Amino acid sequence: MSYKIAVCAKQVPDTRNITGDAMNADGTINRGALPAVFNPEDKNALEMGLWLRDTHGGEVTVITMGPPRAADILRDALEYGADRVVLLTDRGFAVADTLATSYTLAKAIGRVVKVRRLIDGGYETVEAKLPVLMTVPSEANEPRPPRAKLIMKYKKAKAPSELIRLIDPARKLPPDELEKRWKEKEYELGQAGLLIPEWDGAAIAADMEQCGFLGSPTRVMKAEGAVLKQAQHKRAEPTDEGMRQLIHELAKDHILE
Amino acid sequence: MNDDNKKAVWVVAEQQEGKLAEVGLELLGRARKLAGDIGGAVCAVVAGHNVGGLAKTLIAHGAKKVYLIDDVRLADYTTLPYAKAIADLAKDQGPEIIIFGATMLGRDLAPRVASILRCGLTADCTDLRIGDYTDPNTDRQYKQLLYQIRPAFGGSIIATIVSPERRPQMATVREGVFPLGEPDDSRAGEVVQVHPALTQDEMIAKVLDRVQAEKKVDLKGAQIIISGGAGVGSADNFDLIRDLADVLGGVVGASRAAVDAGFISHDHQVGQTGTTVRPKLYIACGISGQVQHRAGMQESGTIVAVNKDAEAPIFSIAHYGIVGDLNDVIPKLIKAYKSKQ
Repeated sequence: MSYKIAVCAKQVPDTRNITGDAMNADGTINRGALPAVFNPEDKNALEMGLWLRDTHGGEVTVITMGPPRAADILRDALEYGADRVVLLTDRGFAVADTLATSYTLAKAIGRVVKVRRLIDGGYETVEAKLPVLMTVPSEANEPRPPRAKLIMKYKKAKAPSELIRLIDPARKLPPDELEKRWKEKEYELGQAGLLIPEWDGAAIAADMEQCGFLGSPTRVMKAEGAVLKQAQHKRAEPTDEGMRQLIHELAKDHILE
Repeated sequence: MNDDNKKAVWVVAEQQEGKLAEVGLELLGRARKLAGDIGGAVCAVVAGHNVGGLAKTLIAHGAKKVYLIDDVRLADYTTLPYAKAIADLAKDQGPEIIIFGATMLGRDLAPRVASILRCGLTADCTDLRIGDYTDPNTDRQYKQLLYQIRPAFGGSIIATIVSPERRPQMATVREGVFPLGEPDDSRAGEVVQVHPALTQDEMIAKVLDRVQAEKKVDLKGAQIIISGGAGVGSADNFDLIRDLADVLGGVVGASRAAVDAGFISHDHQVGQTGTTVRPKLYIACGISGQVQHRAGMQESGTIVAVNKDAEAPIFSIAHYGIVGDLNDVIPKLIKAYKSKQ
């Protein structure tokens, strides 16, 4: 039996490289100062999908939702060995919370697992009821490294909405010229198997009232910078005497026996 | 909707094989405070088979009402029947708030229940409070909402999240975030038997086999924890942390940075994505003190921080700070402890 496997992945701020610039003075988030990476836990899920495919056959599709730059992790996914990737991008998907995101992903997965099957005298398309949904714990499946061959193959993969910056970085082309070049480039990438498909709300037949901000029951009331209190600790000197003092105080308070 | 329950605060108490997870009891303590603030009652919900004996413990920890969803088909945890049974009960009773432990099981179950009820959910909260909210777009005011407080964006901010319109308001909370209250056997509570309406549609997964993995590291129960961070530098150098733990009779912990760098396995990780601990003594070595790490250990009785960087955020919550190289400080600390005896 071979499986159609959908892996949901997201871009997250790289928590190991966050600097003090992450917050603007007005308390909002400075997204420009937040480097984005493939969510490490989602790599565990991708690894499980790839393992299932390698063991039992099938196809792994990685789905992410976000602005055009989220295509970065889809390139990564191809380099790890995913068979297909899909970028869900639509202004109406923005500012989604858990509920709105899961609705949108479910609609997209519904499209991924649509299968065309042979019937008497032709084909029919069946939207399979999703048979199994798994969450993968972060401890599972040490992710494999990306493969050099696939890195070479996919480093130029692009989503259509990324193309504008590629063909008209200065934003100077007249609209019809832009359109023409964009079409050419899209065709060229498509021929080379390097075009990352993009689906918007219409493509997944989503009810836009249930997506993004509109579909999100939760609101961020406030986001405070994690400002630290002034240090009020006792200093212990990093010397033998300092350590003796420290041990003595801890023992005196019965913290150490 | 049952009027008595309009302002009910529910805790979904996890059990496996008839044993309650401690986090459910911790949450009952906080639920009492929340329920007090909104003038409601604390209810516990427990699902499983032959779980009636658990009601007494839940009542002793503060549940005024215990819903027992008891059914042979719930003997083993599987997502769909548990989610359906709890969501159906919530639709029927209309609680104001539902909180779950952010355990492996709770993280699986809570989003399913939230999505059936079409309501919001904030995962891994580090605090829950009651307060008012004014929608900045509509100026509409909401009284006594659940503030769902958690670190976000790598801990650089603490976000307060509310769910103004939809009910119930839902959150998951990691174990150890709220202290375990003292049980009081004189507390009284009502036990309500619930018969879930399950169909074949929910019974599509079967548990074939169950293997209990021994958890090798008992961070939660440890009185003394010695943790290493990125500053330890290498997997080999973690021996220094182990040595200190051995000498002091403690358990080895680690920050996410140390785990991600491959210095030590994930079951040692303290913090928001690891274990939340509150030992008597916590010694943080080479840990800068990102808010996710602090969220997992700041309730420790006494915190000692060793770091080369005098400006490291860990010092802001430490009781004792040592600015120095851990490679130099730890051997001195070991020597000082040994010479004391």
